[in-house]
Amino acid sequence: MEKPNLEYIEKLARGDESVRDTLINVIKEEFPGEKLAYQNSLEKKIFKEIEEHVHRIKHKFSILGLETSYSIANEFEHNLREHNLDENQKEDFDKILSLITQYLKTI
Amino acid sequence: MNCIVIDDENMARVIIRTLCNEIKSLKLVQEFSGAIQAIKYLNENKVDLIFLDIHMPNFSGLDFIKTLKNPPKIIFTTSDPKFAIEAFEYDFIVDYLLKPIELPRFKKAIEKAEKLLLNKNIVKDEEETSSKNDFYVNIDRRLIKIDLPSIYLIQANGDYITIKTEDKDYVVHSTLKKIEEKLPNSLFLKVHRSYIINVKKIIDIEDNSVLIKRDVIPVSRSNRPELMKRLDLL
Repeated sequence: MEKPNLEYIEKLARGDESVRDTLINVIKEEFPGEKLAYQNSLEKKIFKEIEEHVHRIKHKFSILGLETSYSIANEFEHNLREHNLDENQKEDFDKILSLITQYLKTI
Repeated sequence: MNCIVIDDENMARVIIRTLCNEIKSLKLVQEFSGAIQAIKYLNENKVDLIFLDIHMPNFSGLDFIKTLKNPPKIIFTTSDPKFAIEAFEYDFIVDYLLKPIELPRFKKAIEKAEKLLLNKNIVKDEEETSSKNDFYVNIDRRLIKIDLPSIYLIQANGDYITIKTEDKDYVVHSTLKKIEEKLPNSLFLKVHRSYIINVKKIIDIEDNSVLIKRDVIPVSRSNRPELMKRLDLL
């Protein structure tokens, strides 16, 4: 499985530590809430809500350099739009969320 | 260029803000998490450019652009490439940036926007020039009409200005600042604190002076770059 990285953030910050820290802090602050909102929407089984949360979270995948994960999220989102909750895709998506949760503890 | 960003994701707005800080000519004046607040703002404020997310809950970026009466230039920022064809149906859409946006691609989009805005201003100036071809000056209680294209030089002399045209010179009680406001930018340029010239009438330029008709006019150092920009150099 691919690993999250800060390559994009480093490029954007161009050596400016304060920019780098700001971007990392935004991810660290927002991600747990977004993950929780996604999980709550899953329980309620409101497709529109789940889709919106997946859409929001997948942007963070791309920021953390997770290209394959981003594609998985894209397909998952597309199926949700069609009111189809694919269990395998959900499982993969949840694995990526756990991976990011662990990674954010290290940065 | 004044710009705003409309994106429901805070992270996306932070990234746009970071990218904008890298471009000197760009000033991010406001950030919005929803299109409705942005519409209210745009009703009262003018901006040159909008960074607009397409996928937003309740009111999408594509819904938003349909509400604009006089749309500024718009750059779409989205993670979804599928709207690109629809987006480019509008002539005020400058570019379509896929997230995550990188600086080189962002710069390219800004250059495109700047070029389009510059062209728009040139067209506006040309329209002004063609629609406004003359003005009146008050000389000895008579209002005399002067054709703008016939003016080749305006010179300040204390409380007066001398307007030199192809046929005649007119001495008018006014200032260069006042007359400068009435002249189309596409035709006239202030090259020195005492001189405004018609750039179409320049015969030649040498170091710090220009020859217009038989007048040699000094060009101040600060005005020289703008003069050079106006010339169609080979």
